[in-house]
Amino acid sequence: MAKMAILFDAFRCTGCRGCQVACKQWNDLPAEETRNTGSYQNPPRVSADTWLVMQFREVDNGDDGLAWAFGRHACMHCVHPACVSACPVGALYKTDEGPVLYHNDRCIGCRYCMLACPFEIPTFQWNEGLFEGAEIKKCTFCIDRLSAGMEPACVHTCPSGALMFGERDELISVAEARIQEHPERYIDHVYGKDEAGGTSLLYISPVPFQELGLPELGTEPIQEKSEDIMTKATPAVLVTMLVGLSGIYWVVKRRQEMMGKKTGARGR
Amino acid sequence: MNMGIALRRPPIAPAAVVLGALMLLGFVVALIRYASGLGAISNLNDNYGWGLWISFDLLCGVALASGAFVTTSIVVLFGGERYRPLIRPAILTGFLGYLMVILALLVDLGRPERIWYLIIFWNHHSVMFEVGWCVMLYTFVLALEFSPLVFTRLGLQPPHRLIHAFIVPLAVAGATLSTLHQSSLGSLYTILPDQLDKIWYTPLLPLMFWLTAVAVGPAMVILESTISSRVFRRGLELDLLGGLARWIPFILAAYILVKFGDLAGSGELDLLVDWNLESGLFWLEVMGFAFLPMVLFSLPAVRQSNAWLLFSALLVISGVILSRFAVSLIAIGRPEFAASYVPHPLEFAVTIGIIAWGVAVFWFAARYLPLFVKHTHSPAGEQA
Repeated sequence: MAKMAILFDAFRCTGCRGCQVACKQWNDLPAEETRNTGSYQNPPRVSADTWLVMQFREVDNGDDGLAWAFGRHACMHCVHPACVSACPVGALYKTDEGPVLYHNDRCIGCRYCMLACPFEIPTFQWNEGLFEGAEIKKCTFCIDRLSAGMEPACVHTCPSGALMFGERDELISVAEARIQEHPERYIDHVYGKDEAGGTSLLYISPVPFQELGLPELGTEPIQEKSEDIMTKATPAVLVTMLVGLSGIYWVVKRRQEMMGKKTGARGR
Repeated sequence: MNMGIALRRPPIAPAAVVLGALMLLGFVVALIRYASGLGAISNLNDNYGWGLWISFDLLCGVALASGAFVTTSIVVLFGGERYRPLIRPAILTGFLGYLMVILALLVDLGRPERIWYLIIFWNHHSVMFEVGWCVMLYTFVLALEFSPLVFTRLGLQPPHRLIHAFIVPLAVAGATLSTLHQSSLGSLYTILPDQLDKIWYTPLLPLMFWLTAVAVGPAMVILESTISSRVFRRGLELDLLGGLARWIPFILAAYILVKFGDLAGSGELDLLVDWNLESGLFWLEVMGFAFLPMVLFSLPAVRQSNAWLLFSALLVISGVILSRFAVSLIAIGRPEFAASYVPHPLEFAVTIGIIAWGVAVFWFAARYLPLFVKHTHSPAGEQA
């Protein structure tokens, strides 16, 4: 199946937060008690009960004063997800269609995925005890809607056309075409095309992407080094240690025998 | 008169009361956590999913338990027969260390009842998968290595002999699993190429974690022997501890070379003269807690003095604790939300409570098991 993706056009976004509400409604997520943090942005970040947060950021335009920059903070559904690589029990997994999903019934709550994710997306149920069970939560790309042939709730709700759902390759073309058509509107870059090996959320923006709260990332998948260590270095170290230590023991024992000593290698 | 006697021999020592109170406090806090969730007793949050327990109880705990595999390897595999008197307390310290790590994980995990899922659901790309398996297998190895003391106490000869027959394979397995485990705790953080500060991030983290764990093993044996010799009023094996300490400088020298070589290799040495928290921690660790003890431990006068040995060992131990906190907490940037994390007092209560349980079990074992072998040259001392 084709790889599906979402394009977010920060130029078209009006900051209405319809997507944030639609996400809550469709996924039946409870309200959060929050405090005023001096911004329209509320709650301050994604959590186990809020899988999509619109970020309200002010950009200094010099003489033109301040301008709003709206960032979309939710799972990026990476092409090479670090969270999936990090999960020791394979609770998180990548689907062929693009969404990064999780088996709730497998999660042991170790929270390594939260550390691994460069977008700080997986969140934890901090107020669930032993009987409720505390697990990881995050955006599911509305996989239930997708499998019924519908688009994600956030995209469906967006009134200004800032969100667009489609095949990843096509959306990249759409994004590049918009930049080409209006170079004065956009930074000449599609964020998510190559970042961390590519993501299923693509961004175009009139302001630098860091202003939208996106991290500066290379094009290598986040987990490249750790997976190299796991698949190459670890087996080599395992074999080297087993053989090397046994060899040292044998040599030492043999030398002691040659010297006519009793090794006395008896236990304790 | 009666009072004088009571003062000399109180029914319960004040230290035992304090220890018991800390054990109880830790237990009660754990109950609150199981009833109301991690948010009720910790300042952990979605920005800082890992805090004090991972940095101290897991990372430092495992590193400081390395005395067991280092001592076992020296005695059983490398022919260091004379160090045998140190082996039992080292194994007990390591075994208890791992049990304490597991206790902390059972508090920290969101689904502690599913910890065994590691056995049935595999993702061999995950460093955490390796960490989990090493904890399980090495704790099992340590239990087997520790079991002869219990068998001796109970007078059970057949199982004792069975363990003896496998003492070399157990030592090989223990050192291999320890190497994998110590290094994998460093590998955990190789998945943070962008978030971990450049001075501290390196694909060589597993090598660095392993080297420091090997160096801190003898240091922990020195600390543990010094404390137990005072508490149990037994003689101190100063010549053995000094002999063990002789090898620490080589490990520390290798560590310092790797630290600088890594930064030189990636052309980032200039970051060390950008004075900030991360470079400050680097210099403090490398100069104060690696270079200084390297020099100290190579001086014969230091190795012959209990006070200096202890001081130098504490430097190495401090260095390991500093480096683990630096990598796992301090040098990790969470730029997005400018969030902060300071451990909740009850997080300390859990950590201290677990340590109290460890100390209590160690005391109990020292009291009732043949833990300390008389440090003599008679072969009877070896037999157990």
